[in-house]
Amino acid sequence: MTVTDLVSYEDALASYDPVMGLEVHVELGTRTKMFCGCATAPGAPANSQTCPTCLGLPGSLPVVNATAVESAVRIGLALNCSIAEWCRFARKNYFYPDMPKNFQTSQYDEPIAFDGYLDVQLEDGEVFRVGIERAHMEEDTGKSTHIGGATGRIHGASHSLLDYNRAGIPLIEIVTRPITGAGERAPEVARAYVAELRELIRALGVSEARMEMGQMRCDVNLSLMPKGAQAFGTRSETKNVNSLRSVERAARYEIQRHAAVLDGGGVIVQETRHFHEDDGSTTAGRVKEEAEDYRYFPEPDLVPVAPDRAWVEELRGTLPEPPRVRRNRLREEWGISEHEMQSVLNAGALDPILASIAAGAPADQARKWWMGELARRANEDGVELSALPITPEQVARVCALVAEGSLNDKLARQTIEGVLAGEGDPDRVVEARGLKVVSDEGALGTAVDEAIAGNQAIADKIRGGKVAAAGALVGAVMKATRGQADAARVRELILERLGVQG
Amino acid sequence: MTDLTRLTAAQTAERVAGGEVTAVEVAEAHLARIAAVDEKVHAYLHVDREGALAAARAVDARRAAGEPLGPLAGVPLALKDIFTTEGVPTTVGSRILEGWLPPYDATLTKRLKDAGVVILGKTNMDEFAMGSSTENSAYGPTGNPWDLTRIPGGSGGGSAAALASFQAPLAIGTDTGGSIRQPAAVTGTVGVKPTYGGVSRYGMVAFSSSLDQGGPCARTVLDAALLHEAIAGHDPLDSTSIDAPVPAVVEAARHGDVRGLRVGVVTEFSGEGYQDGVMRRFTESVELLRELGAEIVEISCPSFTKALAAYYLIAPSECSSNLARFDAMRYGLRVGDDGTRSAEDVTALTREAGFGAEVKRRVMLGTYALSSGYYDAYYGSAQKVRTLIARDFQRAFESVDVLVSPTTPTTAFPIGERADDPMAMYLADLCTIPSNLAGNAAMSLPCGLAPEDGLPVGLQIIAPAMADDRLYRVGAAVEAAFHTRWGHPLLEEAPVL
Repeated sequence: MTVTDLVSYEDALASYDPVMGLEVHVELGTRTKMFCGCATAPGAPANSQTCPTCLGLPGSLPVVNATAVESAVRIGLALNCSIAEWCRFARKNYFYPDMPKNFQTSQYDEPIAFDGYLDVQLEDGEVFRVGIERAHMEEDTGKSTHIGGATGRIHGASHSLLDYNRAGIPLIEIVTRPITGAGERAPEVARAYVAELRELIRALGVSEARMEMGQMRCDVNLSLMPKGAQAFGTRSETKNVNSLRSVERAARYEIQRHAAVLDGGGVIVQETRHFHEDDGSTTAGRVKEEAEDYRYFPEPDLVPVAPDRAWVEELRGTLPEPPRVRRNRLREEWGISEHEMQSVLNAGALDPILASIAAGAPADQARKWWMGELARRANEDGVELSALPITPEQVARVCALVAEGSLNDKLARQTIEGVLAGEGDPDRVVEARGLKVVSDEGALGTAVDEAIAGNQAIADKIRGGKVAAAGALVGAVMKATRGQADAARVRELILERLGVQG
Repeated sequence: MTDLTRLTAAQTAERVAGGEVTAVEVAEAHLARIAAVDEKVHAYLHVDREGALAAARAVDARRAAGEPLGPLAGVPLALKDIFTTEGVPTTVGSRILEGWLPPYDATLTKRLKDAGVVILGKTNMDEFAMGSSTENSAYGPTGNPWDLTRIPGGSGGGSAAALASFQAPLAIGTDTGGSIRQPAAVTGTVGVKPTYGGVSRYGMVAFSSSLDQGGPCARTVLDAALLHEAIAGHDPLDSTSIDAPVPAVVEAARHGDVRGLRVGVVTEFSGEGYQDGVMRRFTESVELLRELGAEIVEISCPSFTKALAAYYLIAPSECSSNLARFDAMRYGLRVGDDGTRSAEDVTALTREAGFGAEVKRRVMLGTYALSSGYYDAYYGSAQKVRTLIARDFQRAFESVDVLVSPTTPTTAFPIGERADDPMAMYLADLCTIPSNLAGNAAMSLPCGLAPEDGLPVGLQIIAPAMADDRLYRVGAAVEAAFHTRWGHPLLEEAPVL
């Protein structure tokens, strides 16, 4: 591989303005596929969720999934788009073995939703409006696994395995208008847009939009134009950039690479590029010497989709509060800073925190656990917060045990550890590990007496008025009770026994 | 003893229901007839002897158990090899699907089975229904029972020839540009293209999705109506299927009547290229309609002259996309997969070997017509012509109830005569194509023999969409009058095979 020259990010931005276009594919979470009744659950054995239609068998015909159309309309409305009064599917013709019919049923010049925008908030609170050109419905292809090649790519493979379970899964492709004027913040805008879109999709309940599972996939199109110029430069299309961080890195890398090519007097080739997670670079894929001719034409096997206006308005009424608005409201309710809120978002902790609050936990407690102990653990394990083996309800239960005085901070921590270790619900862990705060005054009294007896010198100091020395005795009691005592109560008892006012 | 193969479907069903004959006896008589004559005719690509007898036995068992039988229970049928049949070969007349055993039944196949119809086998056809002579079948041509050296029409030549040679009283065809009506015309049988969306396309291998329509083929108008009713009706598996009651076609076929009916004669369907004998029989038919009480009106549909051109852009465009799935990956033929070649190469080699010349010609035409830069000029213009044709029909049906024309400009031509002249072949569908483009209903029924060659001539009746019953009302009246005039059905005059 040739080493790619890069210009420093700052230098690149000093000479050029970036123009971005983001194309995001979202797999809808419908129970059945876009054009047939096959199941969509992930993880099924290869080719077990197929039928004549999604295998493209001769004679088979598609029927549109009404839930998918509804999801598309809701997404369109949430993106402030106009909803087509009448639109058709179109066939996108090209040959590829994982495409059963060798055409993809998609939409071409009649998307179901068009002309919208999404306001995204950057880390410092600035709001940037991203124009939405269109959102259209289409079907996913099957999945090829290339065997025998070094890279998992088709080049060098001895054979390929095809799984058509994914073929026909409903997709919504959301295409932005060219994003201009973001300047040096372009990569941040890209990330914030994809993050906001993901939140929106989740809030709509139309998909879990888990990027690591391919439920949401992003292509980053980028070009540079000399500062002050009006005409866009030639773009590169970086495909399948599948995490928020990668979206930002890919945009940044392409800015630096384009600048190097342009500075060197070269020309940008319009091509697709592959993004590499390991070093954040991109490499050339297929060169688009001439625009591929997909020979689109209206799909004759499907009747046009004509969303009833009253129904569209009814759906508008079901839209959730926009994620950005909701976040700002919660931030104010919780009384935390932009920065703290951003940390919550970055950690993917918003939903778990809200779920714990819904389960009865005080907001600050829920935030404390999810952003503290649990965030640290997720980070260590390299998983998303939501993937930890603890539920928001369990966290809420721990908060309740602390509030009623059954657990102190340290014991609560151990309880959570137990839940994460698969030892069961918090109550069960407390029981099995014997973690309850020792509140039996008799047992505690004995421990205090023993501590005083064993540390007469310190006891004398306290009696002499050195109240601060009580800490040492508290420590001794806590040690004796293996941390299960309420430290504040222990201190009270010690001072009481020694006849000193606290 | 009655020759069971000479009965109509209605007669057969009546006798099976009345216990005069068993469904198995009827099936065996037809299987014997097939064994005796099909070597000469080649109407069938595949005879499903076991399946047919099992279906017949099931009908007999139901009768024995006192269960009610449908109006076609126990009647044998020849199924065009374009409808999928679970576990029974379905080739569409192409090498590319040789050996494929579909894992599912077409909706039409299912409905036939549910009706107790006994499917004898799958009939020959032009490859992917592309042709007007059945010469484009990868499995050899079919002979016209009136003269085995002539074509039986196409693409459904096998179905029409099976009827005309008494190898089945009923058959199924598909009509994209005339593939039911033109074979019916040249074999002296009855064929109906129902309103587009009237019969489910689910499980019918697609040629041109917006034009393809399955329909009934029979020897009488009533039989066609009985079959029409059995296969028609809404199917949730076909989005383009019409969700409305099926027109009362059987009722109409039982009460043929044209009194007071306004019949339009399309002036564009005459002139150069129309055989004298065909026009003579057609003129007689119009006279007959007048005698029977119809009012005859001359109607001009100027856009019809552009129908053939529009058709040969739309049909190839859709077929270029529909046939893309035959890539050797999942089913059917696979050529050149020796472990060294890429999937792309194997696909190319398979399509090269598996498709015939006419299929390739149309795939190439369609690919070109849909190409960026040409789309508007070709596909786009063709769609505009389609709209104009629909308007011509609409205007015509404001002043008449049905339109009539010859079904096809000439009688059956000799096998091989037009094989190397696609344009000449395409002209066979001149009169039938407008109805496909407009999606309305049309029928062809026998109206006599051309004096110069003694071959059958077809009369085409066209009705507005969802007025399929009009075809049968008019058809039944014309058929009855002709039978009275001739003293017998036309097929009685066909040579004995």
